[in-house]
Amino acid sequence: MKQIADFTLVEKECFGNAVLLRLRGERPLPEIAPGQFVQVRVDGSPSTYLRRPISIHDVDSDKNEIVLLVQMVGEGTRHLGNTNVGESLNIVLPLGNGYTLPEKEERVLLVGGGIGIAPLYYLGKCMDVKPAFLLGGKKASDLVRLEAYRALGDTFVTTEDGSLGEKGMVTMHSVWKEREFDKIYVCGPKRMMMAVADIAKANGVWCEVSLEHLMACGLGACLCCVEDTVDGHLCVCKEGPVFNIRRLKW
Amino acid sequence: MTIDLGRGLVLRNPVMTASGTFGYGEEYTDFVDLSQLGGIIVKGTTLNPREGNPYPRMAETPSGMLNCVGLQNKGVQYFIDNIYPRIKDFDTNVLLNLSGSCLDDYVKGAEKVDVLDKIPAIELNVSCPNVKQGGMAFGVTTTGISQVVSEVRKVYHKHLMVKLSPNVTNIAEIALAAEAAGADSVSLINTLMGMAIDAEHRKPKLSVITGGLSGACVKPVALRMVWQVAKAVKIPVVGLGGISNATDAVEFMLAGASAIEIGTANFIDPAVSVKVAEGMREYCERHGFQKVSELTGSLDA
Repeated sequence: MKQIADFTLVEKECFGNAVLLRLRGERPLPEIAPGQFVQVRVDGSPSTYLRRPISIHDVDSDKNEIVLLVQMVGEGTRHLGNTNVGESLNIVLPLGNGYTLPEKEERVLLVGGGIGIAPLYYLGKCMDVKPAFLLGGKKASDLVRLEAYRALGDTFVTTEDGSLGEKGMVTMHSVWKEREFDKIYVCGPKRMMMAVADIAKANGVWCEVSLEHLMACGLGACLCCVEDTVDGHLCVCKEGPVFNIRRLKW
Repeated sequence: MTIDLGRGLVLRNPVMTASGTFGYGEEYTDFVDLSQLGGIIVKGTTLNPREGNPYPRMAETPSGMLNCVGLQNKGVQYFIDNIYPRIKDFDTNVLLNLSGSCLDDYVKGAEKVDVLDKIPAIELNVSCPNVKQGGMAFGVTTTGISQVVSEVRKVYHKHLMVKLSPNVTNIAEIALAAEAAGADSVSLINTLMGMAIDAEHRKPKLSVITGGLSGACVKPVALRMVWQVAKAVKIPVVGLGGISNATDAVEFMLAGASAIEIGTANFIDPAVSVKVAEGMREYCERHGFQKVSELTGSLDA
């Protein structure tokens, strides 16, 4: 069941242009699947009328806490990033469909680009198998909380400027030659996800990606955030944001 | 709080949710007790299925948004076979918003909906700005609206509400034409045609360049039009356009509306509709109104 509630900011950590927000609700959280997202209301920003859809970086059900990793790209997200500890944010959750968790003993690779690495942490945490991560950014500072990912599984890194890990894009990393995977999970910029989807298709590997479209309601009512799929226009917010690449026209 | 809009359409309170902003109601049942609403107006439906316009379909604007969804829906028959059975027993009025691209579409669609027991009214959409040769062609001239309303009137026997376009020079004339052609009520306003540009990339923000503006920013325009129309017609007026709270809703009633619809505000607060209904009740108590209908047109001007 979806919930709309005020969450209090209990911890905040800044990473350059990204900010980690740990938010505590008063009521018990509903069950949250990895890959689902929240819609956060932005108060006090005249140019920001609609809520902002944000992926869920982590969940602590015992404390009724969710963790968001927000990249401040516009006025709305900057406003969210400027929230102070002790202040509250109004949040609708959980929205959309999550990733399909792997079967026992499947080899999985979680590929993230930029702030798209955010939901992969919670995804890796929810798996019964040990995940491998492949995380890419333009520069080292784009890749935040790497130690948290490393604690869950092998973590491979690429940066476009070579400041961390292998130089280049995630699709160029040597891990693709060295290992085989049964399932690939992706979140990041569309071009990067399409490139990873191409690799998956070429190798016949199962692959799910998480789309990010401009959206208004987040509930499947306004039909603004559609993706043109093999089944026609589907709402990213309701039928997604996670899609198996077989359903996409990529 | 009861409102009688005529020809069998009686609302528990004046608050309805606007078409295209509330899905089929099902999307909101985690947040809203539908029995606390006067009615819900489900997504714009056309005789034949429509895929709608390509993405991107939405652009945020100061205190509002533009959309060019383009009436994506699976058609009247799909609605009747698959959606109607799921929503017909909602404890509120379920109205269908019916659109079309030619006269025949409207008439055939209305005939099919006429036999649905649990749909007490159609909101006839002659004002969608996002479809080529679409409904708006009918909604912007008095002859166009007379034609479509009188033809639908012949086949539709329940409450016929006509949703008016604000993209006209004299909306009162259009409303009078709808009334003369047999409309039981008019609802206004649909979205205002607008446009948004991404200057950095020198591109339109919407796939079909123009779209319909909604949200708090359109409220003053909507209020003025409701006031003009309510002075001109005798049938009830349903007001909408930027209503975000109970005070906004009361303002529309004072301007002459008998009921109101909440649209874009549902996106910002999925529970806003019931809060507005409760807030209107409180307003009436505070100001000594026995019935909410006493608010209609009671502007001291």
